[in-house]
Amino acid sequence: MSVLAVLEQRGGQWQRMSFETLAAAQQIAEELGTTASAAVLGHGIEALANELAAKRLDKVYALDHELLKEYTPDAFTQALAAHIKLLDPTIVLFPHTYQVRDFLPKLATRLGRVAVSDVIGHRVENGKLTLVRQLFQGKVNADVRFAGDGPHFASLQAGAYRADRVVDGSATVGAVTPALSPADIRTRPGEPFRESQRAVDLSAAELIVSVGRGIKEADNIPLIEKLAKALGAELAASRPICDAGWLPMERQVGSSGQTVAPKLYMAVGISGAIQHLVGMKGARTVVAINKDADAPIFEVADYGIVGDLFQVVPALIEALKK
Amino acid sequence: MQADACATMKIVVAIKQVPARDSQLRVAATGQWIEEEGLEYEINEPDAYALEAGLRLKEKHGGEVIALCAGPARAGKAILEALAKGADRAIHIEEDAAALDPLTRARLLAAAVKSESPDLVLTGLQSEDLGYGQTGVILAELLGLPHSTIIMEIEALPGVIRVKRELEDGWFQHIEMPLPALVAVQSGIGKLRYATLMGIKKAKSKEVRRVTAASLGVEPGEPAISIERVYLPERTKRTQLFEGDPKQAAAQLVEKLRFEARVI
Repeated sequence: MSVLAVLEQRGGQWQRMSFETLAAAQQIAEELGTTASAAVLGHGIEALANELAAKRLDKVYALDHELLKEYTPDAFTQALAAHIKLLDPTIVLFPHTYQVRDFLPKLATRLGRVAVSDVIGHRVENGKLTLVRQLFQGKVNADVRFAGDGPHFASLQAGAYRADRVVDGSATVGAVTPALSPADIRTRPGEPFRESQRAVDLSAAELIVSVGRGIKEADNIPLIEKLAKALGAELAASRPICDAGWLPMERQVGSSGQTVAPKLYMAVGISGAIQHLVGMKGARTVVAINKDADAPIFEVADYGIVGDLFQVVPALIEALKK
Repeated sequence: MQADACATMKIVVAIKQVPARDSQLRVAATGQWIEEEGLEYEINEPDAYALEAGLRLKEKHGGEVIALCAGPARAGKAILEALAKGADRAIHIEEDAAALDPLTRARLLAAAVKSESPDLVLTGLQSEDLGYGQTGVILAELLGLPHSTIIMEIEALPGVIRVKRELEDGWFQHIEMPLPALVAVQSGIGKLRYATLMGIKKAKSKEVRRVTAASLGVEPGEPAISIERVYLPERTKRTQLFEGDPKQAAAQLVEKLRFEARVI
């Protein structure tokens, strides 16, 4: 039995969730009475592999190839499928990044397995691993188990494990050159780009009022603008509001928008899907205003008002004037 | 509208019917799924965006949009909605597929897609019930198609598509791939249309091909992962809740923010 953590880097920089996955792999391996190893893919990744060599790991694998310099699902799947077949680990863990979401289901399918994606925690009982994940946009949790033999694949949600729990040690580095040829790769990735300089930097805001689907119509947005003004706060929104064009994309908080850490985050009419929560978990004080007492946003809120925002928000604006 | 120089496209859009967003969920007596009795259902929103993307491609280039849905008889409503919005015809895989693992679901879909040999397969990024976010990518692997996920724009060129993929933290990237291909669409790819009265009227006479796992020749097989238990999450934070009169609740909240949390 063994655990393998597959970590993500880009241009020699770690993806920030990679060390969370490393910590999880060490922890799960220990609970299962075995050891963890780590793998990283790319080109010219010696320095990163050497950094991992100072962690408590059995082995570090550097899958280095020119065709892994830029991510493509075809090359990453092929390289990892061959390596995992050879290594035969019991459990293979990934950070649940956009990149992993793009290739992990393909990799698992190629090896005749099903990955458990977006895991938020685990338990080990009698040597058996149970993973916890969320269903229905975070309204319900589920315990999930693997059937049959390994390798068992799972991806871990951002923030589910703590990167600062990684244990130091020493490991040997094994350089691996995957068998890849340009003919194997069907997609042609272009250079990453940003749309435009962001006019609004929410990450520096001390107070944020954020609005979600509960606002119902574009015409109701000014009500939330009034509240933000009364508080002296920046206005932000959950994804559906920006998708609908009611507020510009640059005001979106969440996994596909900005990550914020204000003193106060007031979520108005936001149910609290995980894609939103990962963007505002760092807020010191969270206030939720929502008509649904079971909305997941209340799980992360310090203060909450259960009620109709169209009554609560005007009352709040009044109360702030006093 | 005249189709442009690019060849017309045959597009299959996979849609799933899921419990409506604002459903009050209860855990079923088995403890392994939610109680389905009395739930309202709707098209999984990310799939509604995939359908929107498909309809826009068809309007630009000509061709055909086929809605594909696996689900019990009630999924007929989601299919009718897709047809009313402009899909030309549909395939309904009649199976009670609620909590299927994503590989089993994708095998069903793959068998139905194969019979159509489309140029492009579109899916939503993830379902709002199970939320695995895997069906599209697995489907691509089963069909031997190149794929890309989290897509904000699709541009069809002769024999090739160029897509705009969302990366993390506000970054994007263009990706080109040959057709046939599979694209998992990000929500927000285009404003969702409503079905018109004419569309609703026409939908009833459009073709819906009904198939089953057996007629597609898909053996159920042993699931590779299983849901052991579902339960309501425990609160990780102690939330001070103010209920009742909005004015009073608002005043209490402002008091707390000023003098307890001291953030305003």
